[in-house]
Amino acid sequence: MLKILKKLLTRPLSVAGFLLLFAFIVIAVIAPWIAPPQFEHEPYRIPRDGYWAEPKPPSAKHILGTAEGQYDIFYGVVWGTRTAFRVGIIVTLSGCLIGMVIGSIAAYYGGLIDELLMRIVDIFYTLPFLVAAMVLTVVLGRSLENSMIALICFTWMGYARVLRSEILRIKELDYAQAARAVGANNFRILLRHIIPNAMYPIFVMVSMNIGSMVIAVSTLSFLGLGAEIGYADWGQMISLARNWMLGSAGNATAYWFTVVCPGIPIVLFVLSWNLVGDALRDVLDPRMRGTR
Amino acid sequence: MTTYVLRRLIMLPIVLIGVTLLIFALLQLLSPFSRLAMFVTDPNQLKQGPEQLQEMVEALGLDDPVWMQYGRWLNQVLHGDLGWSESGRQPVVTAILSRLPGTLELALFAVIPVIFGGIWLGKITAVHQNKPLDHVGRVVAIVGWSFPTFVLGLLALFVFYGILDWFPPGRLSIAAARIVNSDAFTSYTKLLTIDALLNGNWFVLGDALRHLIMPVITLAYLSWALIMRVMRSSMLESMRQDYVTTARAKGQTERIVINKHARRNALLPVTTIAGTMFAGLMSGVVITETVFNRPGLGRFAASAATQLDIPSVLGFALFNGILFVVMNLIVDLLYAYFDPRVRLE
Repeated sequence: MLKILKKLLTRPLSVAGFLLLFAFIVIAVIAPWIAPPQFEHEPYRIPRDGYWAEPKPPSAKHILGTAEGQYDIFYGVVWGTRTAFRVGIIVTLSGCLIGMVIGSIAAYYGGLIDELLMRIVDIFYTLPFLVAAMVLTVVLGRSLENSMIALICFTWMGYARVLRSEILRIKELDYAQAARAVGANNFRILLRHIIPNAMYPIFVMVSMNIGSMVIAVSTLSFLGLGAEIGYADWGQMISLARNWMLGSAGNATAYWFTVVCPGIPIVLFVLSWNLVGDALRDVLDPRMRGTR
Repeated sequence: MTTYVLRRLIMLPIVLIGVTLLIFALLQLLSPFSRLAMFVTDPNQLKQGPEQLQEMVEALGLDDPVWMQYGRWLNQVLHGDLGWSESGRQPVVTAILSRLPGTLELALFAVIPVIFGGIWLGKITAVHQNKPLDHVGRVVAIVGWSFPTFVLGLLALFVFYGILDWFPPGRLSIAAARIVNSDAFTSYTKLLTIDALLNGNWFVLGDALRHLIMPVITLAYLSWALIMRVMRSSMLESMRQDYVTTARAKGQTERIVINKHARRNALLPVTTIAGTMFAGLMSGVVITETVFNRPGLGRFAASAATQLDIPSVLGFALFNGILFVVMNLIVDLLYAYFDPRVRLE
């Protein structure tokens, strides 16, 4: 464990990733202090300063300016960090759990059940991820929760495939055979000997996917299918910027802050997870070193 | 080879049935009343009172057992009827087909340079493994991977249209659109650039290309990063093989060793990501066309989704699913053709 940590800390890119991630964790934790909520029981509702449509540039009162409808951008960016963590982690871990259960069932029972489950995986793969999530969100009804459910429904397949093939590979290795020889039952071998060793690629996938899920949710919000207007979500805030991208007459850059301020945190957040995932892959799984 | 092709062709209808089952399952999450829109051909039918709607539900058998409904729905789909698109104000199939050329043009311009450029960059970074060029490629790919398509698209629009006024959104300027819609201009393929070439109209060609550049870059950068990294690792793998050593031992120049012996074999694994790339492309089209306001399938799907126009959205999904399955089949057959080991398995 210490060796892994040491390896992680000697690579500049992975250190940058961990530092970024740490900064986001700090922002998420201290959110109530740096951006005190106006509505005590609804901290994710961005406070507005009037109802004027035109965004206002950064000022002493709103340090990152206000978006369309006078939503305070700084508040949204800060509380959006919590939304990003919540969405990324819940969607990824739920998808991972479902995928692991299905992958282990397929590998454990084999035969017809394996074949059937893997064909279901194939079928779920036929729809492009975002298109599928979009469709399911529309069917379930527009909301942040439903868009998360939709993403979970179409993100488990990768985990199922990877865990299944890892289990099948490890099952044949000497230590699994040895456990069988001393009389351990199948279930015990699976839980105690195989799954713990099959987890490494799953860890890497999880860390890589948290970033992708944040992109996916913010994209759905951007399209108007996820978080409602005024909710502290980066994608939703960028969708507020859409009508103001081209500036006002004679001043093309008048509203730059409406897209840049919520845009930078999304990119950095996803980047931090991608760097961490890339580093974990190199350290945990030397076979895949440098594949991306 | 023949048996392999036959086996794959037999699998095709089975997978396609799987796709329709998935779409149908999504449809079943809705109440019978919401599902009515999938089955009408005239929008006025939906504007009736609750009793009439109830009658329609019964007449169409929308509360029958699921398998009966599935059979009827499949039959309808096979006859090319996907219901009425409220957001497009036309049947879903017509809506999809009429918007296909715009999307096809965007996708073609995005994919072709991506494939060749990505493969070339992958090769170069592999040859320069662990040198500055390789590190730059790695960083660019990771950073690019972190950019949501809609953020990149909006920034591109902001800089190249808002500030510089080089590349406007949309598909054509008003002046060019007037020419295209006039009688003097014949639309052979509905792909504007190709039609402009066939008509010999350089103004329209230039205008269409000007509108294509930013959306193409926005759509392409993710696939480009993906291909580059996959090509790199597969190139590294094949450069370690014995036949490369043999080629070097024979005294071949490094250029021939890399381009003829290593690259050719490295290309095979790259074809396997075609499916991933296609999925990314279709998702990307939805966002790119929305951001750049280009009329096409993606924008149609996005606006249908925001208007909760379910027949259109499901029709789009079904269309995607079928396209994906057929494309994967073609890729697999090509793969087997190029790599005899596959078909002998």
